[in-house]
Amino acid sequence: MELSGTEYLIFDVESGTYIENPEQVVRDDVEKHYWLNVLRTVIKDWRLYLMLVPMILIFLFWRYLPMYELLGCFKLDSESKTVAEQYFVGFSNFKSLIMSNTDFWRAFRNTFLLSFYGLIFGFPMPIIIALFFNEIRSNIARSIYQVLTYLPKFMSTVVMTSLVMMLVKRGSTFTGIGILSQMFESIGWIDHATAEAGLLYNPAFFRAIYQISGIWETAGYDSIVFFAAIIAISPTSYEAAQIDGAGKMAQMKYVVLPCILSTIVIMLITRIGSLLNIGYEKVLLLYNPDTYVTADVVSTFSQRNGIDGALKGLSSAAEMMNNVIGMLLVIGANTIAKKASDTSLY
Amino acid sequence: MKRKLEISELIFKVISYTLLTAFALACLYPFLFAVSSSISGRHEVEYSQIVLLPKNIQFDAFLMMFNDNVFWNSYTNTLFLTFYGTIFSVITSLLGAYALSKKRLLFRKGFNFFLVFTMWFSAGLVPQYLNYLATKRVFNGVGIMDDKWLVVIAMGMAAMNIILLRNSFEGVPSEIEEAAIIDGATEMQVLWRVYVPMSKSIIATVSLFFAISRWNGYFWARQMISNINEQPLQVFIRRKLEEYTNPELVWSESYASDSAIYALVVCSIVPILIIYPFIQKYFAKGVNVGGVKE
Repeated sequence: MELSGTEYLIFDVESGTYIENPEQVVRDDVEKHYWLNVLRTVIKDWRLYLMLVPMILIFLFWRYLPMYELLGCFKLDSESKTVAEQYFVGFSNFKSLIMSNTDFWRAFRNTFLLSFYGLIFGFPMPIIIALFFNEIRSNIARSIYQVLTYLPKFMSTVVMTSLVMMLVKRGSTFTGIGILSQMFESIGWIDHATAEAGLLYNPAFFRAIYQISGIWETAGYDSIVFFAAIIAISPTSYEAAQIDGAGKMAQMKYVVLPCILSTIVIMLITRIGSLLNIGYEKVLLLYNPDTYVTADVVSTFSQRNGIDGALKGLSSAAEMMNNVIGMLLVIGANTIAKKASDTSLY
Repeated sequence: MKRKLEISELIFKVISYTLLTAFALACLYPFLFAVSSSISGRHEVEYSQIVLLPKNIQFDAFLMMFNDNVFWNSYTNTLFLTFYGTIFSVITSLLGAYALSKKRLLFRKGFNFFLVFTMWFSAGLVPQYLNYLATKRVFNGVGIMDDKWLVVIAMGMAAMNIILLRNSFEGVPSEIEEAAIIDGATEMQVLWRVYVPMSKSIIATVSLFFAISRWNGYFWARQMISNINEQPLQVFIRRKLEEYTNPELVWSESYASDSAIYALVVCSIVPILIIYPFIQKYFAKGVNVGGVKE
C-alpha cells in the first residue's frame, strides 16, 4: 500500500479497505455538505446569530432597501407606482441631467467647491489649535479653553443656523442689521448697502459664511485627535532638539510635525474621501432662492426637485451620480491610506 | 532643571494664548448674545443695540414660550425621541457589535462589509424619503400611529458607532470570557456581565453620540412627522424662525420677535449646557478611539 503524501491511514469499515488520500475525502465531504455544516453551526450557536438579527434587519430595511429604490433613477417619474412597476427608461434621466440641466451642474460644482474650500481653509485650523493647546502648560487653563472651543460642536444645526441668520440679518426701516454685519461694516470689510441687504441674501458671501461657521463649529472639537498625537510626543525629543540649539520654529519643523504627520495624512485622506459628502442640513437651513447660485448643492437640488417637487427619477439620478463618485473617492482614499501607513480607516 | 524661555518660544506662547483666547471667546459669544437678546427690550433688540449685556430687561419672551402648549409638546417629544431613540440604538448596536466581535462568527467578513458599505455609499435623500414613506404606511397599518416611533426605529443607526463598539469588544481578553463560560454563563450573561462592564466608557461615548444626534435631529423629523403636536423641538424652532423673520409679519408684542427666537434657542441649548461639563471627556475619548483603527 503506497502512502500518497499523508503519514496516516484511515480504515473505512463499510467498504473494508483503507482510504486513499483521506484529507481529500474529508475536504470533499465538507464541500459537499457545506451549507448543511453552516446550518449546523448556526443552530448550535443560535444565540450569537440571533443577536445579529435586529441590526441586520434595520440596515436591510432602511439602508439597503433605499438603494433598491434608487433604481428609480432608471425609470420614468410616476407617483402612484412602485419602483418595480415603473417604466424602464434607461439612462435618459442621466442624459438629461448631464446634457441639459444647468441647475444640476451648478449644484455639482457647488458641492465640490464648498467641500474643497472646507478642505483648504477648515482642515489646517484644528492642527493650529492643537499646537496652541500644547503651549498651555496649566491643565486647568487648558481644560477651560477646551470646554469653550468644543462647545459649538454640540449645538444642533438648527440652533447654529438660527444664530448665524440673526447675527447677519438684513435691516429695514424698522429694524437694524445684525450685530456681526455691524462689526464687519465698522471694520470696513463690507459697505452699508451690502450689510443692509443681508449677507445671507448675497450669493457672494454664502461660501464665506458657510466656511467660517463651519470652522467655528468644528475646529475646536476636531483638534482633539491632533492634540492627542502631539501630547504623545516624548519630552526627551524636545530636550534633545533644545540641546542642539533648536528654537521654537525649528522644534515645530523637526520634532512636532514629523511626529503628527501620520495623523495629519490619515485625517486629510478621510477628508478627501468625503469631498462629495456634504452636510446638506446646514445648506438647506441657510440658503434661499437668492443664493442658489453659490449655495445649491446636489442634496438640496434633489430635495427641492424630488421631495418637495415631483421629479423623483431625475433627482435620484443626480444623487446617484454624486454618491457613486463619492464612494469611489472614499475607496480610493482608503486604499491610499492603507498603502501609505499600514493603517486602514475602516 | 528650569530652563530660561527663549525669545522665539515666548513669542509663540503669547501668540498661542492670544489667538486661543480670541477663538474661545468667539465660541462663547453667540450664546451670551442670545441670552442677552432674549431678555432685552423690544426697541434695543430691533435696532441691534445689544452688544453683550442685556438692556431694558424683560422676561415676556420666555413667558410667552412657557405659556405655549406646542412648545412643551415639542420639548416632550424631543425628550421622548432622545430617550427611546438612544436606548433602542444602543441595545441593537451592542448586540450586533458583540456578535461581530466574535472570531467564530461565520461570514464575519461579509457582515462587516454589510455595515461598512453603508458608510461608503448612501442611497440619497429621495429614495430614503420614499422608503420612510413606505415604512410609515406599514407602521400605520400595524397600528403604530405615532410617527415618533418611526424616527426612533427607522432612523439614526450608525455603522460607525457599531464599529467603535466592536473594536472595543475585540480588546476584551478571551480568558475572562472563557472563565465565565466555564462557570456556566450563557451568551447574554457573558455580554452583560463581562463585556458591558469592561467597555463602560466606550458605551457611554456611543450612547452620547446617539443621544446628541437624536436631540439635534431635524431634517427627517420634519419630513416624516406631519402632526405639529408630535414634532420635536428643533422643528418647532425652525418653524418659529420662518414665521417670525417673515418681513410681512405684523408684530404687536412688548418684546422683539427676535427675542422670541433667542429665547427658544436658549431653551434648546440649556439642557446640553447643564450636562455638557460632565460628558465632555467622553466625547474626547470617542474621537481618539474612532479616528483611526490600527
